[in-house]
Amino acid sequence: MSAALALAEASSTSPGPAGAKRLTNALLYLDDVRVTFDGYRALRGLSLTLGRGEMRAIIGPNGAGKTTMMDVITGKTRPDTGTAVFDGVHDLTTLDEATIADLGIGRKFQKPTVFESHTVADNILLALKGPRRAFPSLFGWRNRVEAERIDDILRIVGLVPHRARPAADLSHGQKQWLEIGMLLAQDPKLLLVDEPVAGMTDAETEETAKLLREIAKDHAVVVIEHDMHFVRALECRVTCLHEGAALAEGSIDAVSADPRVVEVYLGR
Amino acid sequence: MAPRTPLLAMIDTKGWIFLGVLLAVCLIVPLFNLAVPPGSPLHVPTYVVSLLGKYLCYALLALSLDLVWGYGGILSLGHGAFFGLGGYAMGMYLMRQIGPRGVYGHPVLPDFMVFLNYKELPWYWLGFDFFPFAALMVLLVPGLLGFLFGWLAFRSRVTGVYLSIITQAMTYALMLAFFRNDMGLGGNNGLTDFKDILDFNVQAQGVRVTLFVLTAVALALGYLIARFMTVSAYGKILVAIRDAEPRTRFLGYRPHHYKALAFTVSAMMAGVAGALYVPQVGIINPSEFTPTNSIEAVIWVAVGGRGTLVGAALGAVLINYAKTLLTGAMPEAWLFALGALFVLVTLFLPQGIVGTLIARLGDRKARIAARLPPEPDIPPRLLEEGRGS
Repeated sequence: MSAALALAEASSTSPGPAGAKRLTNALLYLDDVRVTFDGYRALRGLSLTLGRGEMRAIIGPNGAGKTTMMDVITGKTRPDTGTAVFDGVHDLTTLDEATIADLGIGRKFQKPTVFESHTVADNILLALKGPRRAFPSLFGWRNRVEAERIDDILRIVGLVPHRARPAADLSHGQKQWLEIGMLLAQDPKLLLVDEPVAGMTDAETEETAKLLREIAKDHAVVVIEHDMHFVRALECRVTCLHEGAALAEGSIDAVSADPRVVEVYLGR
Repeated sequence: MAPRTPLLAMIDTKGWIFLGVLLAVCLIVPLFNLAVPPGSPLHVPTYVVSLLGKYLCYALLALSLDLVWGYGGILSLGHGAFFGLGGYAMGMYLMRQIGPRGVYGHPVLPDFMVFLNYKELPWYWLGFDFFPFAALMVLLVPGLLGFLFGWLAFRSRVTGVYLSIITQAMTYALMLAFFRNDMGLGGNNGLTDFKDILDFNVQAQGVRVTLFVLTAVALALGYLIARFMTVSAYGKILVAIRDAEPRTRFLGYRPHHYKALAFTVSAMMAGVAGALYVPQVGIINPSEFTPTNSIEAVIWVAVGGRGTLVGAALGAVLINYAKTLLTGAMPEAWLFALGALFVLVTLFLPQGIVGTLIARLGDRKARIAARLPPEPDIPPRLLEEGRGS
């Protein structure tokens, strides 16, 4: 009883745990986030709110702070000041990468990053949601995962015929899909996807847009992308970043018609 | 993934060959030592039995290094430290077995302590009269150092060449410490003049053969443990960390837990290797901690084939056999030969002996399966490119 009380006491003061006061109903809430690298101000008061199950495209010129924003959300970079709250209760600025991943934030890198010496199936196996501790991995459930569970995910990203190939042998586009598959295996609440169609053919780009729209039905998704055709195909709200802050936000038509966006980004 | 495979299924072809060779050696060497009379040309002299035992100790050290380097990407240039600590733990037990039979005939203290005017046995020698305690220390002391060192280094995200340098510093610091007489472990002479082990004469033929067989058994067990670890999900995660550590973090893994576990198990294996080494060579001294020893072990693994386990053991035995031959014939040439070997292997066999064999055999099988003729116009180097190790 006293232990339960102590626990309740702790949870009301420490950031994050369930039971703490919900600060916001948004899934992701960034407010006035500032990051400086060696004097370079990468983020200058970025604020952004993402609703539950929402898909959002982030556009903006190089150096606008798009990737830095993802680094802040995933715990890779600590902001100098500002608020980053996930699910209303978890203060992302105090947690490490592994904890944040465990909370349900998955990330796809700009350059496809898969485990090259493992097979496609093993890449998914390692990403599957579940305990991540070292000792249980020697004997535990991850050694007894049914092939069917992995194939379910490979089916979504269209890689079933490649399940036994080393990931290193995949084409660039297939690696991108495998990485999206790994995100799905994590079953996150929020997927951060950095330039998913870079280097893809038109047909592959179209497939990827379809795939992401499908995923967005039951996940919140943030997509960083330069390809405006692709962004249009996502059919979602768009935020344009510029010099480390949000410049404009709205539908694709509204944002691309905004004279400031045209000046800093589209017009170039 | 298939549902949990039976334990034996984890051993692949090269593993069965390895275990088969070990079993054969375990039968043949004792037989030709004990059953064949010394006059016969087939007789294996007892000193050769101990020499082979020494090679197998080195093979176990190489195996432990391959576990962290080949699978975890942790290039330890200080694994000799764990080998030495295990060796010292066994050496202390063997010193206590001498009892009052030292040159000075002191009822309690070993010779070097009498010589250095020790009044009583230092506290850390307590318990080493008792074999099970010493055996526990063989595992515990290297394991604890490996865990502490690994935990601190990996948690601070020290990787690559920086990690290699601090492992080197670790073994160097231990060497300096063990050279000191006040360390109470025999200073630069180390521990030697052993008489008995478990009350059997450590020089006796039967004891030598038993130690040899035990070393082979330890090597087989070490292989099975390392193999079990590397084929499990744990091993896959360890390889994933080796290849793309940041990616594993964003998947929710904590790489330092995985690396520290591998490093600790590896340190304990190296400790066992050192403990079996000491009664067979009859001495342990601080030179075991010299950085060059640890670097030599890295060369064994590189030559045999990193990330193959079996290759590491093979490399250790082959190179040490070559060392025995060459240091007998022309000692001054050995270091040049070792250096040349390392350069040649890096240039022409980057996957080591076993790694290259696997790649070649895999090629042939794949070709037969696809019914493709070999392509003689393309140099083999190009064929290998783009193929992971």
